[in-house]
Amino acid sequence: MSLLQLDHLQVNIGQQAIVRSVTVSLEAGEIGCLLGPSGCGKTTLLRAIAGFQPVATGSISLAGKTVSAPAFTQAPEKRGIGMVFQDFALFPHLTVADNIGFGMRHASHAEKLLRVDELLERISLPGYQSRYPHELSGGQQQRIALARALAPRPRLLLLDEPFSSLDAELRERLAIEVRELLKKEQITALLVTHDQQEAFAMADKAGVMYQGELLQWETPYQLYHQPRHQMVADFIGHGVLLQGTVNASGAMASPLGMLEHPSLNNVEGGTPVNFLVRPDDLVPDPKSRLRGRIKARGFRGAHNLYSVELVSGVEVLTLSPSHEQLEVGSEIGLRPDFDHLVVFAADHCELPGFHSQAPAFKPVLPKAQTA
Amino acid sequence: MLSKWRQISLVASALMLGLPLFVIVAALLALPLGGDFTTLSHLWDTVIPEYVRHSLLLMLGVAVGVITLGVGTAWLTTSCRFPGQRILSWALLLPLAMPAYITAYTYTGMLDYSGLVQTSLRDAFGWGYGDYWFPQIRSLGGAIVVLSLVLFPYVYLITRATFLQQSATTLEAGRSLGLSPWQCFWRIALPLARPAIVTGATLALMETLADYGTVQYFGVTTFTTGIFRTWYGLGDLTGALQLAGLLLAAVIALILIERWSRKQARYDQRNPRPAAPFQLRGSKAWLASAACWLPLLLGFILPALQLTSWSIERWQVWTDADFWQLAWNSFALAFTAALLVVTVALWLAYGRRQLPTKLVRTSVAFAGLGYAIPGLVIAVGLLVLLSGADQMIIAASESLFGWDPGLLLSGTLFALLFAYTVRFLSVALQTVQAGLAEIRPSMDEAARIHGYRPFQVLRAIHLPLLRPSVLTAIILVGVDVLKELPATLVLRPFDFNTLAVRAYEMAGDERLADAGPPALMMVMVGLIPVILLSRAMLKSQQHALKEQDFVPVTA
Repeated sequence: MSLLQLDHLQVNIGQQAIVRSVTVSLEAGEIGCLLGPSGCGKTTLLRAIAGFQPVATGSISLAGKTVSAPAFTQAPEKRGIGMVFQDFALFPHLTVADNIGFGMRHASHAEKLLRVDELLERISLPGYQSRYPHELSGGQQQRIALARALAPRPRLLLLDEPFSSLDAELRERLAIEVRELLKKEQITALLVTHDQQEAFAMADKAGVMYQGELLQWETPYQLYHQPRHQMVADFIGHGVLLQGTVNASGAMASPLGMLEHPSLNNVEGGTPVNFLVRPDDLVPDPKSRLRGRIKARGFRGAHNLYSVELVSGVEVLTLSPSHEQLEVGSEIGLRPDFDHLVVFAADHCELPGFHSQAPAFKPVLPKAQTA
Repeated sequence: MLSKWRQISLVASALMLGLPLFVIVAALLALPLGGDFTTLSHLWDTVIPEYVRHSLLLMLGVAVGVITLGVGTAWLTTSCRFPGQRILSWALLLPLAMPAYITAYTYTGMLDYSGLVQTSLRDAFGWGYGDYWFPQIRSLGGAIVVLSLVLFPYVYLITRATFLQQSATTLEAGRSLGLSPWQCFWRIALPLARPAIVTGATLALMETLADYGTVQYFGVTTFTTGIFRTWYGLGDLTGALQLAGLLLAAVIALILIERWSRKQARYDQRNPRPAAPFQLRGSKAWLASAACWLPLLLGFILPALQLTSWSIERWQVWTDADFWQLAWNSFALAFTAALLVVTVALWLAYGRRQLPTKLVRTSVAFAGLGYAIPGLVIAVGLLVLLSGADQMIIAASESLFGWDPGLLLSGTLFALLFAYTVRFLSVALQTVQAGLAEIRPSMDEAARIHGYRPFQVLRAIHLPLLRPSVLTAIILVGVDVLKELPATLVLRPFDFNTLAVRAYEMAGDERLADAGPPALMMVMVGLIPVILLSRAMLKSQQHALKEQDFVPVTA
């Protein structure tokens, strides 16, 4: 039995559906992560799970018990959930110890002290008991907020963009620390973020939300290598979508030449398709017949990310180790090397939920995520 | 369901607070609709042109006065460094502790024929009566000077915040484009501060329109004195209501100007590096110092010294039981009113936070308009309303029980408390809302998710966090109530006196020295909110004063 089960959940704010038809399940001890651009409804979904938002249709169950359904919302204080807020929401009039012990209402004084000491030790801030929140740095406040949410040993921990107000370096280190802490405490957690590095660092399962819909709910590996939706492919990692046509023999005519891959076997001949090209799917190879000219180079530390314009005018991305510098403007040969080939039907790539009123999103060569 | 009732009750409270204004507006609207212009046209033929002329001249003079004094001192204390600049930057708020009418009394005491100045002149030169010319302080000009000296801190405070916000790069850009420091002030700093100057000046003008004590004592006929005279002198209630309506219209025009100027005040300069101050030396430093000390000397130090000297001269008053009874009356009334007003403010502020529908927000904003409405207008409207209600109660009671309960509403402290609530609610509302804004919604949610029920959240989180702003609100409202003259004068129960009324009566009887002790007491208490304000001002020195922090402190 899953610990958290969302079943065809729809959440409205006013008349507007902010979350629509989301189905998710999270097993005990797992860390889930909802990714998505801001305004996609992920925070609203989290607040619905916490009990701050009523649901319009569908249901939320915790350990098999329904806690939210239309016309029924169990009060947040009765759910046994912990939550880390985006702005931390530490109580400014309470000390660190009082903040952490705030939710342990039925514990004895000694138990509280013990637990506070233990948690401060785990978040490597021992001895901070009598400080006040305003005396702490952003990263310290974040960890105190986490400790406060963990102190009553909640069944489920919700984290709303917990690292967004911290700087990039701290963010990555904390994400790993928090994952270790959650695993040590054996806490089931659901995290909301717009930062995929954070999601990859923390999550056992992840999903991309877009305009209120959950597009995919699988492991981060699958999201990256086997996106089921063009929006997922576009949102996760670098890459470009190219057009191709599958012929009768199961090969695909594309700007990269004829490509063959097992995944093309079940595509009907003559179908126009879009397929995803990650930078690591194209290997620089001077002997290759596929030629292009380097338009831009981005230094990424261990490697360079090149934007290459093929002879056909199509632009793709490729990687090469940073010690072999290739100059902008020089010619380069590329060899396709697809481990996974992700193919979408070309006529089925509209935004989710907008089949009738397809917006100005042209399926032809969506812009690659250049960074 | 519950929230629906709550919403209705919030709207009802706001409407209730608006009742006295509705009475005035109705009286004004009844004119064109009812077509009975006899009273008004009579007033137009006789006194209104004079009221309008005097009120306009007064406003014009005060506007020039407060802008000159306020902007000048604000620019000098923010952008220049000279001896005393640090003390002056907060001390320039002190005149706010002086009720304008008290300052008027002290200057009369100093400058009229038997005052210290003229007596000394006569002694020194051996002049007699009529041998020399001396400006008459009890005149329109005198009123302009006194009101400007008391009200300029409004402009000073708000303009100063803007000057502090102006980033160094803007001024440096001006210098690099060939402007001298003076040209920088005229062509960059001043235009940037214009919305703030307009805001400060309109606040000062609202106080000017609301003033009764000063103009009455100086014998200047304006709208407020006109309302009083039409009512008490001529017994003409309709005429008084109509005059109040005209005054209300003028105030609303000022409110609109102020709103508009606040909307313009969006010359936002993000995270500015404060401009390097000009280090003044030698004669320039002394001149700047004198220019700032003079308004402080005239607006606070001299009047306060005069009050002290009167209080020493009449030291017997301090041992008089009657006087302490009076003080007790005032403080008890102020405290009760403050508690009431803050309770209402909390009720409305929480309503707005938890039910932020458009209807509720509009209602709460409406309830907070009272700060601009002259106390006399509120008092007149309320008295008409309550005496009507009293007549109905008396009639009903006599027909049912054959017993006359007397004036239950208009003749008791109820009327006074009602008027104070209407007038000072916005002071409390602004303070409480600012405090409430510090408690982010996520803190409520954090407490809920830790197993606290809504009421427990209130006790564990809101009560401790809100305590300072509630205390501040009680102090601010209490002091305002203590100093409020016209509304108290009109609505106080028979034989009920306060410090403000006593000072007014003593001055009216030409017993200025006897007005000293009650006035001094009011000024000393009035210093508390000024100290709070100056502390808030200095605290937000770097990120400048937000508009929210600004609460009018004079009555």
